[in-house]
Amino acid sequence: MNPLQTLRIALRALTRNKMRSFLTTLGVVIGVSAVIAMVAIGDGAKARVEATFAAMGSNMLIVLPGTSTAGGAMGGFGSMPTLTWDDLVAIQTEIPTVRAAAPQLRTNAQVMSEEQNWGTQVFGTTPEYFQIRTWPIAQGVLLTQGDVDGGSKVAVIGQTVADKLFGENSNPTGHAIRIKNIPFTVVGVLSKKGQSQWGQDYDDIVIVPVTTYQQKIKGSLKNYVEGSVAVSATSADTTSRAESQIRAMLRDRHRLPLGADDDFSIRNLSEIASAQQEGTRTLTTLLAAIAAVSLLVGGIGIMNIMLVSVTERTREIGLRMAVGAKPADIRLQFLVEALALAVTGGLIGVALGVFGAWRLATSFGWEVLYRPDVIAIAVGFSGLVGVVFGLYPAHKASRLDPITALRFE
Amino acid sequence: MSGRSLIQFQDVAKVYHMGDVEVHALRGVTLGIEQGEFTAIMGASGSGKSTMMNIVGLLDRPTSGTYLLEGEAVSTLSTERLAEVRNRTIGFVFQSFNLLARTSALENVELPMLYANVARAERIRRATASLDRVGLGDRADHHPNQMSGGQQQRVAIARALVSEPRVILADEPTGNLDSRTSVEVMKLFQELGHSGITVVLVTHEPDIAQYASRVIQMRDGRILSDQRQQPKEAVVPPWTDGDEVDAP
Ligand SMILES: Nc1ncnc2c1ncn2[C@@H]1O[C@H](COP(=O)(O)OP(=O)(O)OP(=O)(O)O)[C@@H](O)[C@H]1O
Ligand SMILES: [Mg+2]
Repeated sequence: MNPLQTLRIALRALTRNKMRSFLTTLGVVIGVSAVIAMVAIGDGAKARVEATFAAMGSNMLIVLPGTSTAGGAMGGFGSMPTLTWDDLVAIQTEIPTVRAAAPQLRTNAQVMSEEQNWGTQVFGTTPEYFQIRTWPIAQGVLLTQGDVDGGSKVAVIGQTVADKLFGENSNPTGHAIRIKNIPFTVVGVLSKKGQSQWGQDYDDIVIVPVTTYQQKIKGSLKNYVEGSVAVSATSADTTSRAESQIRAMLRDRHRLPLGADDDFSIRNLSEIASAQQEGTRTLTTLLAAIAAVSLLVGGIGIMNIMLVSVTERTREIGLRMAVGAKPADIRLQFLVEALALAVTGGLIGVALGVFGAWRLATSFGWEVLYRPDVIAIAVGFSGLVGVVFGLYPAHKASRLDPITALRFE
Repeated sequence: MSGRSLIQFQDVAKVYHMGDVEVHALRGVTLGIEQGEFTAIMGASGSGKSTMMNIVGLLDRPTSGTYLLEGEAVSTLSTERLAEVRNRTIGFVFQSFNLLARTSALENVELPMLYANVARAERIRRATASLDRVGLGDRADHHPNQMSGGQQQRVAIARALVSEPRVILADEPTGNLDSRTSVEVMKLFQELGHSGITVVLVTHEPDIAQYASRVIQMRDGRILSDQRQQPKEAVVPPWTDGDEVDAP
């Protein structure tokens, strides 16, 4: 019998018991929708984490002053200055795995243009900072070493600040702003970086030369860096090595005895990133296990209903054999029925999974990423489940003796 | 008996094993049935009639002896080959009709052709012609539950005829029909005989056997008697008369 005809007969048999067929496919539906939803959400989260870390800067380490003793007398990171400007120079010059290092002095301040007023954060740093964070300029120019050396009253502003102070699609370069009432000239606008994973707006920032910052905005602690140090390693592979080298060097420079706690801490952003990806991976594995169990249960359900169907249709099978069906024809017919059940379940599962992931994503503010290859594999796999679990009932049907089958009540 | 018979049994025996018990359903039957013959097989229950029909219809194999169909020793063929020969050469009519439920008469009649890979248009053409032949051309899209027993059996006969078989095997085809409808079916079988199709029929009713041109009596797996006779002509009123059902 030709395959199309076989499929038609199978579909007709299945639509005859619509409710039963539907219930039978549920296991596969749940299994496949779980796979689709979990991959969509997992991939969405991964893409978002990756985008976030791409925005923060590649191979980035942050060195913070203060002890890392949890809840210790020092009162947390950054509370007590322990990093000196010489430490910064040493990090920059003495460690070969470090590509660049820059101070990050930060305060909140009111910033004004001629018409507008906006509360934002002001950063004092050096030109290396833009390189560390891989943050290109959109309009105008970046800060230069000359600006730092001369203590110039120039500023580079983020997109959000540009929008708030000068309106959207404006060109603020060359315009004046006042930070804490001190006049600065805007020399450039940074390209848009978007939001961090935690909803912080990267573009809500004003960046000034570190020297100007110390002289005009916040005052200076003389030898100590009154903030943190951003470091970029030479590559992703050397980031961890750079971290341990910086730690060893700083301990040495601060003359910390063996066994004493660090009086600084180092955050490795790529480690945080991979820890988060590890988290998604664990979740993904868990969901995959759930999906596998549902598919297994779904497959057993299909096998069960196919066995019932073979029994119910014993006379039909006997008749088909009497009029010329070969065992292979009967086997194929039931196999195609099981396959059709499973693939239908798979397709419903895809629809449900896509919809479910989208619903979850919109209500929790997650991102989803649908991958056609995963969808194709899921449908293909449900088909495989149908074939595997349909094999035994189909074989049983094909082995019936036509005489006995025709006499079956 | 000539070796040229369409159906040729040579000392055919069939033994069923039920645990330790051996049931001798056929004990060495030798028989020839010619093309176009209309044979009725009679005999007490358990005498081996159905067993013989199943062997003739290639649904079963003899335990010993040989069966030649169109001169070919079919008892040694593979299951697949048997299915093909059955599909081409033999049409079955059952006591309980065995039509597919919730399937139109036309599609029921098409069934054997599905397994012969006949193209769709040709299937419909031949199925329609076959239904016409049994007087049900106007019922092609009726389902079995919309037809009387007689009509259902005629659909079954149309199905048996559709592959233009050489042999029609009917095991108690009138067992579930009233006497009037039984005569209708007999008339149909007589017409088939005239057109060269060989009909073998099992029946318990002597009335029915009268319409055959040959009557074989069986007992205990053996042929007791084998007589050719002048068949009684089946005369019935037109098909539709009084045979209407809950058709819309
Ligand atoms: N599959 C089987 N297994 C065991 N014994 C069987 C089987 N089929 C038939 N028999 C036995 O073989 C003998 C002949 O059976 P068969 O069905 O041919 O009789 P029959 O003449 O058709 O009877 P009936 O008129 O009741 O239909 C009986 O004794 C029956 O019990
Ligand atoms: Mg019988």
